[in-house]
Amino acid sequence: MREPVKQTPGTDPTQPVVEVEDVHKYFGSLHVLRGVGMEVERGEVIVLIGPSGSGKSTLLRCITHLEKIDRGRILVNGHPMGYREVNGRRVELREREVAKQRRDVGMVFQQFNLFQHLTALENITAGPIHVLQRKKEEAGAQARQLLEMVGLPFKADAYPAQLSGGQQQRIAIARALAMNPTLMLFDEPTSALDPEMITEVLDVMLKLSDQGMTMIVVTHEMGFAKAAADRIIFMDEGRLVEEAPATQFFANPRHERTRQFLSKILH
Amino acid sequence: MPGWDWNAFGRYLISGYLLEGAWTTIWLSVVVMVLGLLLGLVAAILNMSKSPVLQGIAKFYLWIMRGTPLLVQLIIIYTGLPQIGIRLNVVQSALLGLSLNEGAYLSEIIRAGILSVPKGQFDAARALGMDASTLMRVIVLPQAARVMIPPLGNNFNGLLKTTSITSVISMEELLRRGQMLIQVEFRVLEIFVVAALYYLVMITLWGMVQRRLEAHYGRSVAPATTTAAPGSGNGEGAATAVERREMEHDLR
Repeated sequence: MREPVKQTPGTDPTQPVVEVEDVHKYFGSLHVLRGVGMEVERGEVIVLIGPSGSGKSTLLRCITHLEKIDRGRILVNGHPMGYREVNGRRVELREREVAKQRRDVGMVFQQFNLFQHLTALENITAGPIHVLQRKKEEAGAQARQLLEMVGLPFKADAYPAQLSGGQQQRIAIARALAMNPTLMLFDEPTSALDPEMITEVLDVMLKLSDQGMTMIVVTHEMGFAKAAADRIIFMDEGRLVEEAPATQFFANPRHERTRQFLSKILH
Repeated sequence: MPGWDWNAFGRYLISGYLLEGAWTTIWLSVVVMVLGLLLGLVAAILNMSKSPVLQGIAKFYLWIMRGTPLLVQLIIIYTGLPQIGIRLNVVQSALLGLSLNEGAYLSEIIRAGILSVPKGQFDAARALGMDASTLMRVIVLPQAARVMIPPLGNNFNGLLKTTSITSVISMEELLRRGQMLIQVEFRVLEIFVVAALYYLVMITLWGMVQRRLEAHYGRSVAPATTTAAPGSGNGEGAATAVERREMEHDLR
């Protein structure tokens, strides 16, 4: 069994950041993930596409253990996420231990989910201060750098309700980055945005991929996929149907279902 | 039989004896509110837990406390329990009875407050690596507070007056002090009117504090109504704000 002694993300460049092995997930009688397997190398950008209900978002939520899995396993930096194995049986970790594992995985949501009672700056410092026990000044300085990076240096004191959707999403990205994650998950980050705000969010994501961040992105923005994705994975009905490097994926999809889907979203 | 005596009324109005009683009413209410909030928070969390046993404990507690009169609870604690060897003095009995009773009512307000916080806030906090207690303390309760403050304030308003019930177990709060003064002075109307006026002043002052608290906890949403112009691109935020306002309304 793969079980490094200590979690030291970033030290072994050959260690895959994510390993998903035969993962199954049910919501009641609904079988949403039907044996999903994939690996994500360090620095890779994966774009996950597929029709709604195909299990993309659920897969992301399972990777950071916001959802339990019913079978298989998910390793993040070589560690089983949310579970440990006792005599070959999966036992769910205690909530506190799961919380610790999640520090390494940043997540960006479709609805932004900024903390409504906190300013932009406080949203970004919430993780470092309350989870990593950093000093307020230190976390604040880092947050200002991140605000700069997402292009919102003058919005530090704004509350989420005072920001546009695009601005909120950029703050949400900064909030996730403040934890210095080794992996960033994006769950349809631009789907709730007005068209004119999509670019400003995608620009930040492109910048991140240029910096070598490992990312899994659920999106229908094929422009982003072409520009940033190392691999594109097509999901349908809880299975990975096809995966290929971006150029090959668009030019030459192998499966009929992929072709059908692409013809619907590309015009 | 003498009529209304303005001189006596004036004397009672500044009587240290009655003022002490009013002070007792205030600290008793404050301490009970704090203990009640703690009990209420625990009961609310148990009530929302997935474990049927913990849920059962919370539901049983609420059932007993809300299903029997406070007066009966106080009498059982102060007069009844000594029979099985549990002796609590007047202050202990008053604190215990009122807090247990108050906690049951507050737990429902706290539960509604926690449920009013959108699920996405929990997801985001967990994804950041917050454990359950940090999530509650830093993210959920401060947001729930905005919804909870109006009904909690109303409960405190009620509590200031409800403490008068402890006079039956001879807790020397405002009403009891009034009754004791009457036994010496025989001026029933003047003394009770003074006591009533004291309650009125306490409630009025509390109302002012409550309005400030509501303004404080509403500050992160207040600007939304003025700046969220059409096309600000945040339809979602606006929707939840409306939902929350409705929720607040329901709770009142």
